[in-house]
Amino acid sequence: MTADLPAAAPGTAWLDRSCAAIIADPDHVTRAFALAARRVGRGPQRPDVDPTGVVHGTVDDAARARLVVALADAVGTGHDLAERLTTLYRQGDGAERRGVLRGLDALASAGRLAEDGSADALVAAGLELAADALRANDPALVASAVGPFGSAHLDQHTWRHAVLKLVFQGTSLDAVHDLAARADAELDRMARDFAAERRAAGRTVPADLARLSTTTG
Amino acid sequence: MRILDPHIHMTSRTTDDYEALYAAGVRVVVEPAFWLGQPRTSVGSFTDYFDSLLGWERFRAAQFGVRHHATIALNPKEANDPRCREVLAEVPRYLLKDGVVAVGEVGYDSMTPEEDEAFAAQLQMAQDAELPALVHTPHRDKLAGTRRTLDVVRESGLPPERVLVDHLNETTVALVRDAGAWAGFSIYPDTKMDEDRMVALLKEYGTDRMIVNSAADWGRSDPLKTVKTARAMLAAGFTEDDVDQVLWRNPVAFYEQSGNLVLDPVPGFTEGAGPAAGVEYEGSSVLRGVRA
Repeated sequence: MTADLPAAAPGTAWLDRSCAAIIADPDHVTRAFALAARRVGRGPQRPDVDPTGVVHGTVDDAARARLVVALADAVGTGHDLAERLTTLYRQGDGAERRGVLRGLDALASAGRLAEDGSADALVAAGLELAADALRANDPALVASAVGPFGSAHLDQHTWRHAVLKLVFQGTSLDAVHDLAARADAELDRMARDFAAERRAAGRTVPADLARLSTTTG
Repeated sequence: MRILDPHIHMTSRTTDDYEALYAAGVRVVVEPAFWLGQPRTSVGSFTDYFDSLLGWERFRAAQFGVRHHATIALNPKEANDPRCREVLAEVPRYLLKDGVVAVGEVGYDSMTPEEDEAFAAQLQMAQDAELPALVHTPHRDKLAGTRRTLDVVRESGLPPERVLVDHLNETTVALVRDAGAWAGFSIYPDTKMDEDRMVALLKEYGTDRMIVNSAADWGRSDPLKTVKTARAMLAAGFTEDDVDQVLWRNPVAFYEQSGNLVLDPVPGFTEGAGPAAGVEYEGSSVLRGVRA
């Protein structure tokens, strides 16, 4: 979730000030996280294709992602950030939890999760939080765990189940970052079994299942 | 019509549902321990919930003439959270209690190693406590998950007649019946399984060892689905005895294996009279305001 807010958007000044405040005092992130939606809004990032904001995130998701990046600027991408993000998530409400995961996405997309081992604790912490989100009942929270961070770091079994859960919850697979990169024969098998189950029940087969085929015919 | 609903999450339901259940002939319920919606984050959260299944919920049910029993376990989904896993050590003491008729719900949610461990450990607890087991089959990758479930059940040594494998559908029922276990079906509006599909399965497989429940919970569900299934059976040509077999005698036979099932009417309950005045649980009654 790296989309920037347009310059004239409400709350942009608040967001810039908050990022600066976090650089000066990292603990400020807790209050900024809590206030983000009230200051920048809660609407969908892409209202034309995603009116509920579940698939591509909301404006407050994007704002919190920026706050996470500011926190990384302040404390680095080591143990300290891992602990702070874990606390923000555990003590956060659903929107704040999404914000932490979208923040990890922003860091992943920006290449800030170095592969030299220095970000290992952060990645491990992020994976625990992503696993928690993938067990959630809230579709928005589940969808926030399959962005660039999840795409790069989730183990294949967990990732496959996340994709299938999105289909179950009726969330468009557009929410999955780079679906084609990780879709494999096993996911194809799971999708076919699910389609067969639906047909045996006389129920509709979700159209998105066709996107999980890696084989033709 | 007498009905036992063997899988219903009354914690999530209102007293309107209890009144409706009683009026429709559902006199006995079994409420399995499961996840609540908001993830639990500690052992204490679980034990408070288990205590409420044995305490407040049993009381609430009795106020409306319904006999309430529970199953106890660490559910598959929360078995993945290390903060919850330690509740496994608390489960055995609950299995000794009055009103606990099985270990459950156990099984798979996402087929992880943590779920494997919790599942196997609790099937062993069922053996040790001489209780039957209520097994949840996963909603995702159901067929593969059900096969794996049956492998674990087989490895546990628990006799299949002491195992109820629930949330089955057209693609999983034959597997479970071939394994010798009881076959459970949760009847929902729209999703998972409905009355008409259930009737089709009863026609195909007969009524032996078939179990029907509403699995009514905090989501879109209907506590009267057992009754509606009964009516659909009658409409399709099944007899009243068939209905009694599936909706009463089958779940009774399964849970009677616990030695803990109580079928007597709730003492002092007068049909149509509503909850008794002055009766409280921990200082709370289910009454609101002064009764006319």
